[in-house]
Amino acid sequence: MTEAGFLGAALRSRSLVLGAILTAVFVLAAVVSFLWVPHDVTAMDIPNRMKGPEGAHPLGTDHFGRDILSMIMVGARTSIAVAVVAVGIGMVLGVPLGLAAAARKGSLLDEVIMRGNDLVFAFPSLLIAIMITAVFGASALNAIIAIGIFNIPVFARLTRGAALSLWTRDYVMAARVAGKGATRISFEHILPNVTNLLIVQGTIQFSLGILAEAALSYVGLGAQPPLPSWGRMLADSQTMISIAPHMAIFPGLAILLTVLGLNLMGDGLRDLFDPKIRRVGR
Amino acid sequence: MLRFAFKRLVSLGLSLVVASVVIFLFVEVVPGDPAAYMLGLNATEETLAALREQLGLSGTLAERYLSWVGGMLRGDFGTSYTYRTPVSEMIADRMWISLPLAIYALTLSTLIAFPAGIWAASKRGSAADVSVMGLTQLGVAIPNFWFAMLMVLVFAINLRWFSAGGFAGWEAGVYPAMKSLTLPAIALALPQASILARVMRSSLLDTLSEDFIRTARAKGLTKRQALWRHALRNALIPVLTIIGLQFSFLLAGAIIIENVFFLPGLGRLVFQAISARDLIVVESVVMLLVFAVIVVNFAVDIAYAAVDPRLRVRG
Repeated sequence: MTEAGFLGAALRSRSLVLGAILTAVFVLAAVVSFLWVPHDVTAMDIPNRMKGPEGAHPLGTDHFGRDILSMIMVGARTSIAVAVVAVGIGMVLGVPLGLAAAARKGSLLDEVIMRGNDLVFAFPSLLIAIMITAVFGASALNAIIAIGIFNIPVFARLTRGAALSLWTRDYVMAARVAGKGATRISFEHILPNVTNLLIVQGTIQFSLGILAEAALSYVGLGAQPPLPSWGRMLADSQTMISIAPHMAIFPGLAILLTVLGLNLMGDGLRDLFDPKIRRVGR
Repeated sequence: MLRFAFKRLVSLGLSLVVASVVIFLFVEVVPGDPAAYMLGLNATEETLAALREQLGLSGTLAERYLSWVGGMLRGDFGTSYTYRTPVSEMIADRMWISLPLAIYALTLSTLIAFPAGIWAASKRGSAADVSVMGLTQLGVAIPNFWFAMLMVLVFAINLRWFSAGGFAGWEAGVYPAMKSLTLPAIALALPQASILARVMRSSLLDTLSEDFIRTARAKGLTKRQALWRHALRNALIPVLTIIGLQFSFLLAGAIIIENVFFLPGLGRLVFQAISARDLIVVESVVMLLVFAVIVVNFAVDIAYAAVDPRLRVRG
């Protein structure tokens, strides 16, 4: 597909465009929050606490009178940072493991990597987080590590599966005949051809990371005060939900829309990268 | 089939051993002596040694590991550092909330996902298909604990159909107990049902495009008959895998949802144990949940090897 054709197809994909817009809004909110927020997120304003949405506070205020819009903007940073680093950990460690396992298919190395993957899969990310926080204490960093560990086998499996089919291709055979070693072939010929898959999976893991971070912060195992986080905003709102429902509604909507945006973008990208699926229109 | 089952059984055993070693070593690296923590600053060396002995904290690393695993195999999970009661009793009490909750949620998820997925697949491309898929997109993206809070707001606070939290207890009867588990189970089931419906739909669509379905249609079966008699059974294999995987997510997810509804299940126990640094409780509950995940996945493997002989060869 030509570059212009690719862009055209991208713009015609409704889920891709909608997903990209939603995602861009939250990334932009996070970036802008470094330069400007409507109100200081640490400033308490007790007389104006738990106010519903109104002029000065479009999304209302919380139980300390803090502006919810500003907190959601700053909270976006935490969510995005945790999810991006966790996906990074999964990719940086998982992709080489998958490439190695595929290059040495059936070897002891392959077996060890795949059984190791199964083992990590047996620990849902929440359990990894519980163990890490039980031992090292709760923090955003430990949440990143827990979600990151969970991402490693996801990328390792995906990479291995895709790489295995590529190893049988003629151009890989040609590279072997030319005398290239397994490592060089993996990085020069296999990796560039699994990038599309990795981008799609990366988007999905990114959205799962945001959900996981929110859940961990909600139960107090993630970001700690004073770092604003969507999950903790929801935890704070819970006891006040009958008198100030807006405190619970807006941070939750932020999570929902971000995750929805990333998922739609992932779906759109998958269809775009795989014309076979696009034609069938599934 | 027997050979396949045996091979899977060996790998099941190995996974359990490795998982237990990982959990054990992880908790071992924690600095500090639980005995000193429990007895305070004025404890004498003898009382400390006696308590360590009682808690199974004396001896080498290997001895401690073996006594921990050996104990668990006999149903003895050690003694809680903070409550001074056997961990096995604490777990047994709370299991009666977490396990029914996970099973309730899994049942709901399957009951919602099967009809939704089948309906969407049979009406592919129609408005019905598009709306089911749109709803599942929302269901996957919604944080389940937030959905739980919204349900509390609507059904407990505004409509007063349910209580906002707490557990009626099984002694109060099956109906009140199930009623207090209903909102938590719906919250847990929603994202899982969405995933399952999507898998059901796409698996069914894959199967419907296969040759044997065309043959069935050529024999004179209607589209409906072909779907129900031939496609569904074959489409179930990937769906079964996902159901197996979901059970572990439901058990782990229950940890969060129990916190929304103040249900005294395993999840609440774990969080209380973390804040009290009662690591033996954390260690035991985590091991138990990992055990459940590994065993369920093993059972699923065996189940679909029984359903589909082709899978036995791949091992």
